[in-house]
Amino acid sequence: MVNTAAMYVKETTSTYGARGALLFVKSLPGVRYNEIVEIDLGTETRVGQVIDVSKDVTVIQVFGGTSAIAQGKTVVRFRGETLKLPVSIDMLGRIFDGLGRPIDGGPPITPEDYLDIHGNPLNPAVRIPPSEPIETGISVIDALLTLVRGQKLPIFSGSGLPHNRVAMQIVRQAAVRGTEEKFAVVFGAIGVTHEEAMYFLNELRRMGALDRTIAFITTASAPTVEKLALPRVALTAAEFLAWKYDMHVLTILTDMTNYCEALRELSAAREEVPGRRGYPGYMYTDLATIYERAGRVEGKKGSMTIMPILTMPDDDITHPIPDLTGYITEGQIVLSRELWRKGIYPPVDVFLSLSRLMKEGIGPGKTREDHREVFSQLIAAYAEGQHIRELTMIVGTESLSERDRKYLEFADVFERRFINQGEYERRTFEETLDLAWEILSILPEEELRQIRDETIKKYHPKYRKRT
Amino acid sequence: MTRIGRIYRIAGPLVVAEGLTGSMIYEVVEVGEEGLIGEIIGLQGDKAFIQVYEDTSGLTVGEKVVATGRLLSAELGPGLIGSIYDGLQRPEKAIAEVTRDIFIRRGMKLAALPRDKKWHFVPEKSIKVGDRVEPNDTLGFVQETPIVIHKIMVPPDISGVVKWIAPEGDYTVDDVIAVVEKGGERYEIKMYQLWPIRRPRPYKKKLEPHEPLITGIRIIDYMFPLAKGGKGAIPGGFGTGKTVTLQQVTKWSHADIAIYVGCGERGNEMADALYSFRRLYDPRRKRPMMERSVFIANTSNMPVAARETSIFLGVTIGEYFRDMGYDVILVADSTSRWAEAMREISGRLEEMPGEEGFPAYLASRIAEFYERAGHVVTLGRPERVGSLTIIGAVSPPGGDFSEPVTQATLRYVQCLFALDYTLATRRHFPAINWLISYSQYVMFVRKWWDEKTGGEWSKFRAIAMNILQREAELADIVRLVGPEALPEEDKLILEIARLIREGFLQQDAFDPNDSYSPPERDHVIMKAIMKFYEKAREAVSKGVPVAKIRELPVRLKIVKMKTYPTDELIEKVAPEIMKAIDTEFEELVKKYVIEAEAMR
Repeated sequence: MVNTAAMYVKETTSTYGARGALLFVKSLPGVRYNEIVEIDLGTETRVGQVIDVSKDVTVIQVFGGTSAIAQGKTVVRFRGETLKLPVSIDMLGRIFDGLGRPIDGGPPITPEDYLDIHGNPLNPAVRIPPSEPIETGISVIDALLTLVRGQKLPIFSGSGLPHNRVAMQIVRQAAVRGTEEKFAVVFGAIGVTHEEAMYFLNELRRMGALDRTIAFITTASAPTVEKLALPRVALTAAEFLAWKYDMHVLTILTDMTNYCEALRELSAAREEVPGRRGYPGYMYTDLATIYERAGRVEGKKGSMTIMPILTMPDDDITHPIPDLTGYITEGQIVLSRELWRKGIYPPVDVFLSLSRLMKEGIGPGKTREDHREVFSQLIAAYAEGQHIRELTMIVGTESLSERDRKYLEFADVFERRFINQGEYERRTFEETLDLAWEILSILPEEELRQIRDETIKKYHPKYRKRT
Repeated sequence: MTRIGRIYRIAGPLVVAEGLTGSMIYEVVEVGEEGLIGEIIGLQGDKAFIQVYEDTSGLTVGEKVVATGRLLSAELGPGLIGSIYDGLQRPEKAIAEVTRDIFIRRGMKLAALPRDKKWHFVPEKSIKVGDRVEPNDTLGFVQETPIVIHKIMVPPDISGVVKWIAPEGDYTVDDVIAVVEKGGERYEIKMYQLWPIRRPRPYKKKLEPHEPLITGIRIIDYMFPLAKGGKGAIPGGFGTGKTVTLQQVTKWSHADIAIYVGCGERGNEMADALYSFRRLYDPRRKRPMMERSVFIANTSNMPVAARETSIFLGVTIGEYFRDMGYDVILVADSTSRWAEAMREISGRLEEMPGEEGFPAYLASRIAEFYERAGHVVTLGRPERVGSLTIIGAVSPPGGDFSEPVTQATLRYVQCLFALDYTLATRRHFPAINWLISYSQYVMFVRKWWDEKTGGEWSKFRAIAMNILQREAELADIVRLVGPEALPEEDKLILEIARLIREGFLQQDAFDPNDSYSPPERDHVIMKAIMKFYEKAREAVSKGVPVAKIRELPVRLKIVKMKTYPTDELIEKVAPEIMKAIDTEFEELVKKYVIEAEAMR
């Protein structure tokens, strides 16, 4: 993944020892902090990175682990280069590993540029607040948790929940409006199981959308450091498309919990002072350098949107991984085990979920003029339905008024028809909003208090049929 | 006096250099061939431990390290207002213009204040050649923005006899505008001065915090008032509306200068704040907010070490404007990120960790920051009073207030505005929990409020707090036996508490009429609620059930009071409602008494 034309400048065989992914060697003059080294085991070569250098000792983080490294035999070559990813527009339609090497059987790409995978922070003074939507084709997200270009909106899931299928559905379906706009998806799978990797590969090959997608996949058995590199590699490719080719890029990263585990593992190997639950104290900063690569800037047509997916250990939203993520991202989409048990897909918990930037991204010219009101009404009505459901659990359904029954019916239909959606079913913003109206019309018209009369006259099915 | 050493070790933002004998702690150094900015944070033998404020990738052992002999300082002068700085006071807007790049790359060096811009300087009339001047004496004025007059002052470390002062005219910040002589030594005074960011600027004396700093947020101003020169903390987990609340305080507070420090927070939020500050108008002066604001934007993905300085840089700029006699508010979002930066650096230094890995000096650093707030008589003539008010956001992990940063902060702040996740999920905004929050300034600002409200504020506030407290106690009983089992008096308490919550405490930041609520408006609403309460109590004592009181049309009118523009509310709506309370209760009681008698 580095410029192979680089000159080898120095090499050494005097290693002091190895621990986990770390290799300690005698320092050579001129070794650079963060530079890439090549570790020659005789039978194979691995890549590593300098993470601490002093006059005496250089600490190298080895991509591929330190197994089979032998003192005195292993040759460490310093090449004076920092970690760079070769990028090209031809990466679209291809599948790579965590270090950017093709794994789809295709030829290597011809690089247009080599980019540092750590990127640079966007200048806060040139950022513009995100304000245009991305259509995912999934009703519950588009209507209630609209994803906005330049936003970072994670999916908080749990083990056994269908987050990977949701991810693939978004990869297949996501789009932006407007004929001038170019759209691409970068998909990164971090430390996934063999089964998951197979699923992703098959889905990606099968779908028609592969030509606008770049995929990066590392499996659970891949070296720790490759898992750590993957999100940055994926985002570097995404930035290249967004800022060089003016594309609206949606980057989906799954499963960030595996990334954080890898980070903890490495931190422990470096004998750092652990923070909460053993995760390093700098995990917030580390995650921020990944997620903050999202945004829009003045003078550029493209945008960077990030949708990380993570599984909450033990479904605990206060666990450090979802907690720190929530502090960085602009909202969260939370999947619910209860809905999933009911057979609802995608099982999105509407009340725990939130898209902070949604307000700016919807309305006339963006989605549809009635979106804001329909959104408030759906939430209010579903909350009322839920409330009545809880009541019926205590008092039974006999004493319910006609109005309450309507709300119960609404809540059921809302879950079964609106939240629930086929895995291969794509609904446009209009279709989603029309469906919302259809379901809202279960309720008596006077209950639609969040919606102005003129909007009701225009969109309510009762009035639409007549015209 | 510069000295040169060599890099010995590099570990992330920490660089160890050798050969820098005679260095001092917090001395600024330039690291490597690119001259990356760093600060010495530890000395051991001939080794200096340097915190580097930029990415250290590519540095090698043996590269030179130049010690500059000066402390990390802020440039203070015309050009501060409307600027967006990073933690090292590099102007981000100017960097984008110079580099034509959307990224901030390392090694960038640009002066904080524009050097080519000319400012119209007007000398202070009373200052003549031959006069003795003391630190902070005003030498002249620059109209920096339509609403800010920038006073050009004698720097705090200079005094002497004026030998020359520039006539009115246009000058750059680099031009000399006065010459002062002391003991045969001549000092050239320019329009800008340097001040080390970690050292508090001197003042004559601190005053009592007797005047409230109006923030335009009802629950703060009326229930938990903040004083000019005070210090407060806003802790809250994610999703509790912390950023919106902070931005509201920065926007609407009755301060002359607002400083917003975005320390390790979201880039998009910063963009949103900048965007709204350019568009929004200060309701008191009818000018864009930006014309009285300074931004420090060190987002979470920018170098960690510069987060630490961003806080002190903000305070230093705040003190500088305070010294001109202004009321300054500084909002820091978030001090937790700042503390985490300290933890990270401390870890790299292999210091003995305190609680949860934070350094043992966490509390004293937090104290150093908050203690720079104050309502003071400044140095310099003419005599003036200025204030610096500090509000720090805290982001406790998992929303748990028992963590070290929140706890250390609570020891030094006088106000706590606790954000509550449960309130936020119930869409009660601002989600400031009235049971946990407090203000130590109630005693001090009582006089101010009571003069304004004819003594009613103390009374109303105490009653309202009592009702809310009582509601919380009753809530437990209600959960067990249901509201119907309560005596009528208690039902009334619940009813009034609800009225206070919905009609007074809740405030919609996005409603143009209610986003900013001045004290008059607060009081008019509270007065209506209190009158309603008084009348309701009377009615209940005459046997009217609370269920009937709840149905009075005026109840909903009181809840809706906050949707009117302030002028209309005070002049028209409020008097009508006060009248309606009288008539509706009169009728209700009359009807009820007649019915009751008929029953008998």
